[in-house]
Amino acid sequence: MATTKDKVDVVTIGVGWTGGIIAAELSKAGYNVVGLERGEDRSTEDFQMMHDEYRYDLRHGLMQDTSKETITFRNNLDELALPMRQQGSFLLGSGVGGAGVHWNGQTWRFLPYDLEIKSMTEEKYGNKLGDEYTLQDWGITYDELEPYFYQFEQVAGISGEDNPKGAPRNNDYPTPPMKSTPILDLFKEATKNMGLHPFQMPSGNLSENYENPDGETIAQCQYCGFCERFGCEYGAKSSPNVTVIPTAKKTGNFELRTHSNVVEIIQEGGKATGVRYVDVLSGEEFIQPADVVVLTSYVLNNTRLLLQSNIGQPYNPETGEGVIGKNYCYQILPGAAGFFEEKKFNTFMGAGSLGATVDDYNGDNFDHSDLDFIHGGSISITQTGRRPIASNVTPSGTPSWGAEFKKNAIKYHNRTLNVTSQGASMPHRNNYMDLDPTYKDYYGNPLLRLTYDFTEQDRKLHEYITQVCAEIMGEMGADIIEEAEMSEHYDIVPYQTTHNTGGVIMGADSQTSAVNNYLQMWDSESLFVVGASAFAHNGGYNPTGTVGALAYRAAEGIQKYLENGGGQLVKSKSKSRLT
Amino acid sequence: MSEEEKHKTDESRRQFLKNSGYFAGGLVGGGIIGSVIGWQIDDTNETKNQNEQANQGNGPNFNRALKFFKNRGVFERLAVATERIFPEDDHGPGAIDLGVPYFIDHELAGDYGNNERIYMSGPFHEGTPYQGFQSRLRRKEIFMEGLRVIESESQKEFDDSFVNLEGEQQDEILAKFANDEVNLRGVQASTFFGLLREATLAGAFSDPLYGGNTNMEGWRMKEFPGSQMSYMNEIENEDFVEMEPRALYDHLH
Repeated sequence: MATTKDKVDVVTIGVGWTGGIIAAELSKAGYNVVGLERGEDRSTEDFQMMHDEYRYDLRHGLMQDTSKETITFRNNLDELALPMRQQGSFLLGSGVGGAGVHWNGQTWRFLPYDLEIKSMTEEKYGNKLGDEYTLQDWGITYDELEPYFYQFEQVAGISGEDNPKGAPRNNDYPTPPMKSTPILDLFKEATKNMGLHPFQMPSGNLSENYENPDGETIAQCQYCGFCERFGCEYGAKSSPNVTVIPTAKKTGNFELRTHSNVVEIIQEGGKATGVRYVDVLSGEEFIQPADVVVLTSYVLNNTRLLLQSNIGQPYNPETGEGVIGKNYCYQILPGAAGFFEEKKFNTFMGAGSLGATVDDYNGDNFDHSDLDFIHGGSISITQTGRRPIASNVTPSGTPSWGAEFKKNAIKYHNRTLNVTSQGASMPHRNNYMDLDPTYKDYYGNPLLRLTYDFTEQDRKLHEYITQVCAEIMGEMGADIIEEAEMSEHYDIVPYQTTHNTGGVIMGADSQTSAVNNYLQMWDSESLFVVGASAFAHNGGYNPTGTVGALAYRAAEGIQKYLENGGGQLVKSKSKSRLT
Repeated sequence: MSEEEKHKTDESRRQFLKNSGYFAGGLVGGGIIGSVIGWQIDDTNETKNQNEQANQGNGPNFNRALKFFKNRGVFERLAVATERIFPEDDHGPGAIDLGVPYFIDHELAGDYGNNERIYMSGPFHEGTPYQGFQSRLRRKEIFMEGLRVIESESQKEFDDSFVNLEGEQQDEILAKFANDEVNLRGVQASTFFGLLREATLAGAFSDPLYGGNTNMEGWRMKEFPGSQMSYMNEIENEDFVEMEPRALYDHLH
């Protein structure tokens, strides 16, 4: 029998970037907020032993415990989905701060083209991809979203400089760009020679000490090379733990409850009224009633908890009807490796978002009239701190073990550079998420089932952008250039990227989207679902900057909703299914 | 490589050979076992094998004992297999002198060997190559099964124990595992070999606190300076920066 707690104004399910932003903004506005986090509490002091590749990278020290909770996976509808028994392709976070602890900090604004991708593509190229690709506008324009991007960048103190091909900015970055390095300079020089427009990557590892508008301080990055997959022992990486969570705590209106795993969103009379959760230490069950429930549990759990709680219409790939689980997208990763015989680089130094980028082949920055795909990707070189266990790169033809392997793995450890792209990922009707019919989690609830494979659009984008990456590498002077290849099918095993998107997508029409442009659910006005789950497709950048902007937009919506005493904040283009 | 760099490399190579007692014993075929299992080491050499000594201090290295393997023969088989994957060469020590076999022993005894963070609920199906690890076995069981079949294959192919084979014959046996040309119970041979390879590299390059990467020699080979607290002053440097590596030990001592 669950114990019912006192009702609060707002409860968040998960306390990472999105839960933290909601908690900070609503508690500052005087509302009482409870944050339920399944993992443990963490702060900068808990990151003192971080410089340990084995513990935190190979053994996933900061990540979700997949023995308790994972997903099942299959490439297509005809296959039997099997559990992802350990993390591989992507690394899900857990604990206070979530993946915001171990992200790299590469902080972008999606392009105006991204937000109106269907309209703008059709206007210029017609229905280029065909109806199998479920391309949708996001129900919001870039101009409407611009202030929220800046709000997130200010809170996170992002370090950057002007990007001539990027989304227009009304303000400079809060802090100047990070230091450049010989590796970055080589890329910048090569791309300039090619007539492209390089700039320093916008970074959540800060170039200088910074105090954000909430009075939180972020320290200057030390370029120590333990950033990607690690927490920062200096407090120099923008994370919820050094920004929004302490801000929320200072108001006195925020209660953080750790080891609290939400298993159900309670829905009464067409509205979410609270959540049921398990104290994972004591095993006790609790109900937390709230006026507003905010689902901030990352893409996968956002989708799963809605399906598990029977909220919204599940997407059906056979009919194309329904919305929950729809438009799952990932990130396509074109690129080229370059091996330098005569040159050694300080690859072991670096920071998660120490990099240089060109956006000439992103979005619709280049003409697609004669191309058989849409969109593209940012193309970057990064210096994130090469790790000796994980990185044993050898030219192709080298065996994967034995004397020759060892010789080349050692020889090229500091002689290899990579130019890589964050390629955009377009939705396809067969790529989606639902509940698995067989496999259960530790609490007896069904695992989320992911059905996903690469599409023709993905392959063509990959091929084209890879050629550009290889050309840049050639201009950089590499002796051996190897182009990235796509596997025959999407593979859940090797790490690719933790840029999963979709499942609870935003839009202007309740027939084709799950949430409005405040991330308020069409089918449950007191439920806001925040995260990259709202992305109608994935753009050509890392997603967190856009996630942050949407979270600030949602925070404003929740405040409006509470002030109004309820109601839908946006009118749907077509009538809701429920009315 | 500049003349100066080359000189430094030669210097560090000589220093390494001196430190590691490399000239101490043969490192071919069965002779390798002498350096794996400390009790056969020749004490009269100028310096003892690094596996014999604690990384710091003068006492014996009590870490060099077994908490997972029960049978010396099986442990030696593991050791020889790791050395074939990451052999000693002109660049520096191989898996055995880096302590990799002990690293793997210690890992198999704990969370890693027990699949503590792996989803282990059935039903179990083989799945497609794109669906990943689907074995019902725990890693410790996979290693034992793999090592058992390494021996039976050696007996079948060459009528001798794996540890007594010539290096090339040992490679032939291991290649069969890498290419799924042998059958294991409950797991694919290539899954076992993938784990063995990954664990060998982890032992060679993880922080020495785990029992491998003896005296940070793995890191030195890759010119990886380990756990430095800041590269603020070096990050813009045009030249390659050589540094004495530091380990997590330095965070507490």
